[in-house]
Amino acid sequence: MRTHSELHLKTYILIFFVVIFAPIGNVLLSKGMKSVGDSSLHSVSDLVAIALRVFTSPFIWLGIGFLLLFFVSYLLVLSWADYSFVQPASATSFGVVALLGHFALKEPISPTRWLGVIVICLGVLAVGNTHPRTTEQQ
Amino acid sequence: MAWEVFLLLLIVVAGTSGELCVTRAMKTIGEVKNFRPGALLRVLVRAIQVPWMWLGIALMAIAFFALLGALSIENVSFVVPVTALSYAAGALGGEIFLGERVSRRRWIGVFLVCLGVTLVFIGRR
Repeated sequence: MRTHSELHLKTYILIFFVVIFAPIGNVLLSKGMKSVGDSSLHSVSDLVAIALRVFTSPFIWLGIGFLLLFFVSYLLVLSWADYSFVQPASATSFGVVALLGHFALKEPISPTRWLGVIVICLGVLAVGNTHPRTTEQQ
Repeated sequence: MAWEVFLLLLIVVAGTSGELCVTRAMKTIGEVKNFRPGALLRVLVRAIQVPWMWLGIALMAIAFFALLGALSIENVSFVVPVTALSYAAGALGGEIFLGERVSRRRWIGVFLVCLGVTLVFIGRR
């Protein structure tokens, strides 16, 4: 019984990391790319200039770092939990993005969008109520 | 039109099969129980030696480029709700390819997540 709840606990912790790291990484990447700006691409030297600005941006590197952390957490949780559990549960990140956008970036969010976030959370609750692993472990 | 449908299909099918392959690779590694940095690094080194992992990453890369292609033709508020179908494809693939038992409650959850993702993107400003 103890290993049973341990499995639940570490699954929830890892999914928490997944739904936190992915939105933070994406927000940082988008911030980094917006600070690079809209530039016209006419020659190879334009491309080099853009690449230089992209890869010297601290936001881009920080974003890549968070996305790496996200991917490692995702791999780790998939080493024991069902894919059909982890994938829908990770959709909580849509809610995290909405909250980040609303409270950190002061973006307006339409009622339809909030409704979508609530429906996703209901779905995640339903999935979260099932056992994370339904296959035999070798 | 046919080209668009092909790209959307590719996003859902290649993306989901890619993740299923990655899951399969991690299942061959077995449950990770030791979370010290050194042990985690060894898990990752073992993971990249499993062929399923590379097949999965290749399929995910194909899905990513299909997404870029689809976004160049269509609005993001159309493309992303369509890709919410990946959640249904994922549950089905988990059952067929990984032998997971998707209970009715889990199916209901998957359906709600599909619906919610669609609403989130319809509600874009």
